[in-house]
Amino acid sequence: MKKNKWGMIALGLVIFLIMVTFPFWYGKGSKTPPPVLSLDTPVIHEMKEKRCVEDTSFMRANHMKMLNAWRDEAVREGHRQYTAKDGRTYEKSLSGTCIQCHSNREQFCTRCHDYVGAKPTCFNCHVVPGEVNK
Amino acid sequence: MNLLISIIVVSGLVLLAAGIAASHTASYALTVVAPYLVFVVFLGGFIYRIVKWAKSPVPFRIPTTCGQEKTLPWIKNNPVENPSGFWGVFGRMAQEIFLFRSLFRNTEVKIIDGRPIYGSAKWLWFFGLLFHGSLLIIILRHLRFFTEPIIPCVNALSAVDGFLEIGVPALYLSDVALLAGLTFLFLRRVIIPQVRYISLFTDYFSLLLICGIAVTGLLMRHFFPADLNEIKTLAMSWIIFSPVVPQNISVVFYIHLCFVFTLMAWFPFSKLMHMGGVFMSPTRNLANNSRMLRHINPWNAPVKVHTYEEYEDEFRDKMKTACLPVEKE
Ligand code: HEC
Ligand code: HEC
Ligand code: HEC
Repeated sequence: MKKNKWGMIALGLVIFLIMVTFPFWYGKGSKTPPPVLSLDTPVIHEMKEKRCVEDTSFMRANHMKMLNAWRDEAVREGHRQYTAKDGRTYEKSLSGTCIQCHSNREQFCTRCHDYVGAKPTCFNCHVVPGEVNK
Repeated sequence: MNLLISIIVVSGLVLLAAGIAASHTASYALTVVAPYLVFVVFLGGFIYRIVKWAKSPVPFRIPTTCGQEKTLPWIKNNPVENPSGFWGVFGRMAQEIFLFRSLFRNTEVKIIDGRPIYGSAKWLWFFGLLFHGSLLIIILRHLRFFTEPIIPCVNALSAVDGFLEIGVPALYLSDVALLAGLTFLFLRRVIIPQVRYISLFTDYFSLLLICGIAVTGLLMRHFFPADLNEIKTLAMSWIIFSPVVPQNISVVFYIHLCFVFTLMAWFPFSKLMHMGGVFMSPTRNLANNSRMLRHINPWNAPVKVHTYEEYEDEFRDKMKTACLPVEKE
């Protein structure tokens, strides 16, 4: 090991550099735009004012907590009525509320989740009618 | 005292991050300038430290061995704990790096009836391994923000890590393990008087900083969800060298980022360099072959020697007259 000491050290440093710069050459510097979310569904088309259950920035960050709370309240406590901050009411339901408006799940929920690597297991059970499971 | 200073510095970082979040220019500095600066300092500092270590001379083997050296054929030797060749050293290094072999030898000493009694103490080894392992998993999982499309094994890792599906989003087990490890390592420093006595600012600061990173990360995942879409867009924009200042990202993320950048920039100049240093430890990476090879100190000053043969040549006649035995006639 003595003689090739510098060889070993150079090898180690090169491996280290390759590992820490991995993201730079993995994507080969290509530009990947954030996913385009499609709101192009019949129900949303018919809405006069395009609003989600709560305001958009809240939904974007908090929808998983909201769905989790909905599930617990609906299934465990039987409260199935949700009153939004602005007074409108919704049924606390995944396929019955969210997927009514966002019926293009593949182009909406999934696109976003694939981008950040979230893999909700909900739809293993909450089957959306007419959707073919791949 | 050292602990107090570290707490003050970490709190200072939190305030700094909150201040940065409030100002647009400062956000620009943090999200556009700082990432590259910090990365260059990290890489440059790391290489500098390694090269500096590599230059220090190690003329001899330092056989701090834990097994029988290779010797006569009928004596059983331990090729890994006392290696004599490349593969033995390789095995010893692998054990050290992946299993923390040296920590496993940790002992504790108690004075019983006025005599020191030694016993084995594996807790430091266990929590050390737990901490480092989960830290590695967490770093690998973060690749989901730096690759698009996400590398499949990173997604698989996240799935395995969250397989208990506690809560939505699922709680990662490595996060729990990391916090458990950190808590032990921290309490050990605070509670054991001897360890507290030798603990320096850098010891507490590195623990608290990593703890801060973990806590802000957990906050963003489970309590104050951050807009991951925006965060990934930011991370990807660094990679293609056209960074963008994110809009409406929570303060928690700024704190997280400030901690991470501090850690990275400070890393090469701190004890955390043991990440690279472990590969350079001469007691671990040198084969104990002093009996097979002659290691000559390269900076020995040339010494004029007068060997016995020369001596005899010079004085043979006189030796014979004095009836002294000679080797050559
Ligand atoms: C193991 C199968 C299963 C999985 C996985 C699952 N659910 Fe459910 N979910 C159910 C069942 C069964 C009900 C009860 C339906 C009812 O009471 O109307 C339910 C009810 C609900 C409800 C209230 C009623 C309704 O119509 O939707 C919500 C909200 C909900 N789940 C959300 C979720 C979310 C969010 C996830 C993913 C994190 C999820 N579920 C995963 C089986 C599942
Ligand atoms: C009444 C129809 C409707 C329902 C019900 C609904 N949404 Fe929405 N949602 C919308 C519309 C319209 C938008 C777009 C708002 C905008 O562009 O500002 C939206 C936006 C969103 C966004 C933000 C997308 C972005 O641009 O970043 C998320 C996330 C979301 N919805 C999730 C959900 C979830 C989860 C549910 C079920 C709890 C749900 N939505 C229920 C109509 C609905
Ligand atoms: C703007 C992007 C975006 C859109 C659109 C979106 N999500 Fe999400 N979703 C996220 C993010 C980010 C997470 C958190 C992932 C994490 O923390 O790992 C998440 C997490 C979830 C989770 C919890 C996942 C887990 O890891 O257990 C559920 C359930 C969920 N989303 C349901 C939906 C549904 C249903 C829709 C469509 C109506 C939807 N989301 C649309 C971004 C989005």
